[in-house]
Amino acid sequence: MQKSALNAYEIRRDFPILGRKVGNNKTLVYLDNAATTQKPSSVINAIHDYYSNYNANIHRTVHQLGEEATIAYEQTREKVAKFINARFKEEIIFTRNATEAINLVSHTWGRQHIGGGDSIVISEMEHHSNIVPWQILKMEKNANLCYIGVDDEGCLRLDDYENFLETGNVRLIALSEMSNVLGTILPLNEIIRMAHRRGIPVLVDAAQSVPHMPVDVQRSDCDFLAFSAHKMLGPTGVGILYVKREILEGMQPFIGGGDMIKEVHKQGAIYNDLPYRFEGGTSNIAGVIGFGAALDYLNMIGMDRVRDHEIDITKYALAALTDFKNVKLYGPRDAIDRGGVISFNIADIHPHDLATIMNERGIAIRSGHHCAQVLMERLDVSATSRASFYIYNTKEEVDIFIDALDDARRIFRV
Amino acid sequence: MSDDIYREIILDHYRNPRNKGRLTNPDVSIHDSNPLCGDEIDIHLKVEEDKIKEIKFEGRGCAISQASVSMLTEMVLNKPLNLVKDLAKEDILENIGLTNLGPARIKCALLSLKVLKMAMIKYYTDRDPESGTKFENEPAVY
Repeated sequence: MQKSALNAYEIRRDFPILGRKVGNNKTLVYLDNAATTQKPSSVINAIHDYYSNYNANIHRTVHQLGEEATIAYEQTREKVAKFINARFKEEIIFTRNATEAINLVSHTWGRQHIGGGDSIVISEMEHHSNIVPWQILKMEKNANLCYIGVDDEGCLRLDDYENFLETGNVRLIALSEMSNVLGTILPLNEIIRMAHRRGIPVLVDAAQSVPHMPVDVQRSDCDFLAFSAHKMLGPTGVGILYVKREILEGMQPFIGGGDMIKEVHKQGAIYNDLPYRFEGGTSNIAGVIGFGAALDYLNMIGMDRVRDHEIDITKYALAALTDFKNVKLYGPRDAIDRGGVISFNIADIHPHDLATIMNERGIAIRSGHHCAQVLMERLDVSATSRASFYIYNTKEEVDIFIDALDDARRIFRV
Repeated sequence: MSDDIYREIILDHYRNPRNKGRLTNPDVSIHDSNPLCGDEIDIHLKVEEDKIKEIKFEGRGCAISQASVSMLTEMVLNKPLNLVKDLAKEDILENIGLTNLGPARIKCALLSLKVLKMAMIKYYTDRDPESGTKFENEPAVY
């Protein structure tokens, strides 16, 4: 049965914040979803419910509150495993955010497997969170950090990628499945197949992809996958790292402390089983439970419909922007090849000035380097403006956004 | 309100910056940036008898940051260098006519002053390392 398109107006009713006024009594138009999304009542209520009714520490508690909290926390782990189609729930590790998830890999697997002269391959369109951890590792191990180029359409230069693979020194590929600036979606299955043919593991920064499209770790066969709860209706302070079990079993612990051990003696410890070995200290229990409610919400809509809605609205916005005078658009032209993220510049209006003008009209967009300065250098700009969409955005909001761009052009006389 | 911010004079200094460029053999050159915006400013000074004889800036960023530094260079040219010490953020905001900027955008307007103060301190400490202590109690520009 063909599912009908999602109804953004109906969805909006579940998000209390979308009713508020900002600036000069303007209705909020929230177009900064690639930075963080808003939260539905069900997520807010789940957190409230935990603190009101069963707040307790998890895993080693005999009393009833602790048991209830442990069950709710572990249920989210199962939901995450199902959401990305992992084979085992032990393959899901909760961290603070996607950045910490990537750092976990660089500090553990990276230190164990990357040596002097080895190469780590990333791309020019990575977020700083998928650049800096590898720079730190590279310096520690005297390894190489290689960048796959980005072509003028904003696509990965696969010829670069093949050349790096040919060198024989590559020990890890780490790529963002969807660029947070250009929206570019990578041909991930092919990229991973090429790497695996040479026995090289692949880490996927899925911070922008998992919230916006169906992701299946068994189909893509990626080895590591990192994303953040707060970019997909969940609370801040929860990140997710997926690692294939056979790799996870060989990984040294990351944060040492409580909950990640079975026994501790004066000179050593026996580490806990997977995945607890990688979750030292008390986790963000409320956040993880809230994230469970976020996954329920997205499952209710269906990720296919999320993706279809974003293609629809992105197509609409791209068409309006393409006709706009003096606008420079970055990234693939076709909404099918990109996520709901549009970066642009208008004449000589600096993105921060544009964001100020937008803000006064109630419109929240992002401006700056988007934690992707390497890409900014490649594009030869210091900053861009970025509008990014989610399930509750409407074409009506795109119209308001376009009208505000017109105002900006009038103010700057361009 | 943005019509108030982006008045003719701001757009004029943004598009036709005064004293933009470099100096040959400056007495002091210094660079800083605003991590929030990525605004960047370099200031180059030539000092004679403790007066700012020449001042040039290089930079890129938003209209507010670039207009602010352009106007500041006009304000301090031929003035005694140690007067920079007494310049307050209110002086800058009044000079550019933007007195009610929000907490994020005010940093754009004040980066110019921050870099100029850094230039002054560097000039004095390069000549007398001990003099740096004079500036220890300087309040942060922002």
